[in-house]
Amino acid sequence: MYAALWRKLPGPWWVRSLILFAGFVALMVVCVLWIFPLVEPYFAPIDVTVDV
Amino acid sequence: MSEPRGGRGASKPRRRISPVFVLGELLITVGVLFALFVLWHAWFNDFVVDSKLHEASLQQSQQWQKDETSVAHGTPEAPPVLGTPAASSVFGLMIVPRFGADYYRPIAEGTGTKAVLNLGEIGHYPKSEMPGAVGNFAVAAHRTSYGKPFNQISSLMVGDHIYVETVDGWYDYVFRNLEYVRPTAIGVIAPVPQIDGATPTDRYMTMTSCNPLFSSAERIVAYSVFNRFYPRADGPPDDIAATVAGGA
Repeated sequence: MYAALWRKLPGPWWVRSLILFAGFVALMVVCVLWIFPLVEPYFAPIDVTVDV
Repeated sequence: MSEPRGGRGASKPRRRISPVFVLGELLITVGVLFALFVLWHAWFNDFVVDSKLHEASLQQSQQWQKDETSVAHGTPEAPPVLGTPAASSVFGLMIVPRFGADYYRPIAEGTGTKAVLNLGEIGHYPKSEMPGAVGNFAVAAHRTSYGKPFNQISSLMVGDHIYVETVDGWYDYVFRNLEYVRPTAIGVIAPVPQIDGATPTDRYMTMTSCNPLFSSAERIVAYSVFNRFYPRADGPPDDIAATVAGGA
């Protein structure tokens, strides 16, 4: 998958690296701003109150 | 990826994409995303929530400073007591010098997970008293993640001041002791903590959070007793003046 992606990208190796890096940063921004807050309630709920 | 494959295709420059390879790469990708999520949840998000709530607390305090008309005065020994606030509304702020000079956190009505606690706010047990009232003012907050307001709760030392700010002024509680209990130990938020049915004559504060860190197995509880009240008109006590002014 990633090997195929690498072959499809244009330009010399450093241009490809830059494109991949930009793609990774974009993915992180999307994750932190939208995806992570969205899935957060479904993981590791921790109770801090006393209750019967 | 240059391992020989089954004797054929050695002259072929390009391999076909194998489904097993794609599946493996997808699994690795998902694994990395999970790791990043954990990092974000346990660490990065706290910075974001922290600064947001600190800013919100400063603005709330300055707003109260302007609302001179709504201020009840009271005396250091007989503090004013707020009425019951609307659910999820912020009615107070907590300042704990032991937690750092920039520690300034909103206290909201109720202990709902989504409505209050997961926003990084400190939640007031609705059935407990309001600050300054005879009886027990009980609050809960996260110790890890979600801005972790009570992260340093176990570092409190006897005699530490814990200030609760409302529109009226600053309630000074003094920390007494910690207790570790089961999650069902509702006696810790009783009017007289851990004494069932007793009629209170003193003013207490109970703080509850999770114990151990990152677990819900037990609760850590911090008890404080009321020391005195600082009316807003007279300004905040010296040891938190910088925090309230936002200069910390």
